[in-house]
Amino acid sequence: MKQVFIIILLIIIGYFLANTFVEIPFGGNRIGNVESNETVAGYYLSNTAKKTGVANVITAIVVNYRGLDTLGEVTVLFLATTGLASILYRRKEEEEDTERLNLPSSRIMRSGVRVLFPAIVLLGIYVFIHGHLTPGGGFQGGTIVATGFLLMLISYKGFNTDHNRMVWIESLAGLSFVGIGIWGLLSGNTFLENTTNIGVVNSLISGGLIPIIYIVVGFKVAVELTGILDILLKIKPKK
Amino acid sequence: MQEQFNEIFIKYHEIITIGVYGTAIALMLIGLYAILMKKNLVKIVIGLTILDAGIHLLFVGIGYIQNGTAPIFSPGYENSADRMVDPVPQALVLTAIIIGFAVTAVALSLVIRLYKHHNTAKIDQIKHLKW
Repeated sequence: MKQVFIIILLIIIGYFLANTFVEIPFGGNRIGNVESNETVAGYYLSNTAKKTGVANVITAIVVNYRGLDTLGEVTVLFLATTGLASILYRRKEEEEDTERLNLPSSRIMRSGVRVLFPAIVLLGIYVFIHGHLTPGGGFQGGTIVATGFLLMLISYKGFNTDHNRMVWIESLAGLSFVGIGIWGLLSGNTFLENTTNIGVVNSLISGGLIPIIYIVVGFKVAVELTGILDILLKIKPKK
Repeated sequence: MQEQFNEIFIKYHEIITIGVYGTAIALMLIGLYAILMKKNLVKIVIGLTILDAGIHLLFVGIGYIQNGTAPIFSPGYENSADRMVDPVPQALVLTAIIIGFAVTAVALSLVIRLYKHHNTAKIDQIKHLKW
């Protein structure tokens, strides 16, 4: 009976969603004339390269135009890590009864991971340093770095992340994001305002404060995701 | 190459439209079905992520423009602002992915706690849910 109700509900939702989106032609140009600044997307596309000096429009939107939103987003990620740690909190005597989940990893796995780990971390760092020039950025690069740490965590039993150092990196990254924002407030007019010295588009040092903010975000995301993986892997009760 | 693509795009435009929007809406409905029908908590969390994926696909699909390039002014594309796809949905989806990840992580930790407390992950076997 419950199943019938749910399927009827899903059919109703699906019908109205399909009915709505069939009216929006796929691939149709809804931006209009880019230079006329009639739409938000047109404004971003025509003004980003001139005003911010960043080649990647999405980076400019995420870090500059919607920078305060990104600060909130990073805060949500921080709160998720803190909430996860406090929900899965163990007392000291319980802590001794648990160990990290250790999948039986073969010699091939361990040797391969040892070769791949530096390369993966380097790729992640490349992605967040070049966030203003190529696809990617702080969030994507941080996730790539965290996948490298995940490989190390599941294949080496003795590999442990230094908790204190991770907390320090995370706090410094978060504080420098807020600090850059306040510096914009002091030197200019608004929170997170960019510098006027924006450099040449498509060179590594361009975009003023945007690459610095994205590098900081990359460090913060990498450390937070590694922390989440470390906590979630540490659930196996010791026999 | 580009002309062939345009030809195919115009010829089968309705099928492509139904394909993209249909896939996104189908993913959303599958996710909702899993959330409402499944008894296992881990499967409910998986349903949540499938619902997320459908919404992201719908957003990026709306932003696509025929014959468009990525909104990046790479060398060689400095003057092609008029044929770039809509950057706003892509930036919003980037935010939504991170929030979805945070929600999934917290939900999974709650599942682990519930499993440890009740020794089962099935919601119909967990008592004390009614108050």
